[in-house]
Amino acid sequence: MMDTIKIELPFTREKLAVLHAGQKVLLSGTIYTARDQAHKRLAVTLLEGRRPPFNVKGSVIYYCGPAATPPGKAVGSCGPTTSSRMDVFTPLLLQGGMSAAIGKGKRSLSVARDFQKHKAVYFLTYAGCGALLSRYVKKKNLTAYPDLGPEAIYAFEVEDFPLIVCIDTHGRSIYDKG
Amino acid sequence: MRIIPAVKIEQAVRALCRRANTVLRPDVLAALKQAYAREAAATAKDILHAIIENASVAQKEGLAICQDTGVPCVFIEIGQNVSIQGDLKAAVNRGVEKGYREGYLRNSIVRDPFLRGDPVFTPAVIHCDIVKGSRVKVTVLPKGFGCENKSRLRMFLPTTPLDEIRDFIVDTVKEAGPDACPPYVIGVGIGGTADYAGFLAKKALLLKVTQQSRSSDINAARLERELESRINKLDIGPMGLGGKCTALAVRILTHPTHIAGLPVAVNISCHALRSASLLL
Repeated sequence: MMDTIKIELPFTREKLAVLHAGQKVLLSGTIYTARDQAHKRLAVTLLEGRRPPFNVKGSVIYYCGPAATPPGKAVGSCGPTTSSRMDVFTPLLLQGGMSAAIGKGKRSLSVARDFQKHKAVYFLTYAGCGALLSRYVKKKNLTAYPDLGPEAIYAFEVEDFPLIVCIDTHGRSIYDKG
Repeated sequence: MRIIPAVKIEQAVRALCRRANTVLRPDVLAALKQAYAREAAATAKDILHAIIENASVAQKEGLAICQDTGVPCVFIEIGQNVSIQGDLKAAVNRGVEKGYREGYLRNSIVRDPFLRGDPVFTPAVIHCDIVKGSRVKVTVLPKGFGCENKSRLRMFLPTTPLDEIRDFIVDTVKEAGPDACPPYVIGVGIGGTADYAGFLAKKALLLKVTQQSRSSDINAARLERELESRINKLDIGPMGLGGKCTALAVRILTHPTHIAGLPVAVNISCHALRSASLLL
């Protein structure tokens, strides 16, 4: 396994370009949660040419619907959800300038190509490990769509959030090996 | 006749929702530790380590093992000599609502499958069975949907060779691939009707995943072994990044069926297979 590298957000073209499929990353900065229904709303907003509730350009989107936050904690259990359900909306977000997405599982071939085309990265994080991952989230703020409950968009301040590069900017995927 | 007030069921469900979601089943944890010991690849080992660590953090801090606290599936076995006083269904749903709210678990249910809408905690999916005796057994299985989405049912012909059935089950796992949080536990229901096979596949996930707790049916036990061996050669591995362990276990429940058919249902569970029971 390649060495783990630490990255501070925001991403730049250079920071993204050096990443290789399979590489472990510890990410710090602000990331935004969005899953099914938030993606649907973001897609409509972008298609209609309106302003999305956060700056999509340069953003990192985490496919996550966290559990409620217990008292004294920054966040509740907060692991990744299945990324492929977002495939239909991902091209629009990549066109909007999203620099990376975090989730679990495979992407469609065409979405994998879109990540390459837009020089963006798709990361995996420990799937089914929401309790463990909550330790790396220092703050959670509601950003948009409160009516969606756990499916709302939250800004997560993360510190050394553990990731594995799945699809890099060169179009290589960790799932293509062998 | 033994009288059990519905509120007792409510209290049991309430406690079980919290326990199931925060304390990983000991048999599942043991299977994960065995998988870790067997695994050679660094990435697979690293992920299994995180999964085991996650269970420990969840238990220590009272956090949900997985943020997807699922559809609460509640199995109630009611002794035929028991009379439950009060509204049983309402009691179960009140128990779920309280347990989930108090445990900071996730509201993942939408009231209307078409309109979707604000996520809430209930209703649970409730399975009741009448059994002998004067006791009530309540089991809560919170079922996450990453893996539930990978479930499959096929109605085979009564003359279908066993090979085809094996292939169907293995292909279901292949199709789930890395998406549904492997290593998996594979629940299989064989026989009955379409709906009953689906129920058995889900119920099979309640069986222990230890080697000693194989099906008492010789054919089913052999099939469990064969399927585990084939599935663990798929090299899907933890998080789909390769490895020796793709299935922690395959568990099969069978039921008599019709001369014209052979229903087979597969219900996949992620590695965070959660359930808890209480006997009243």
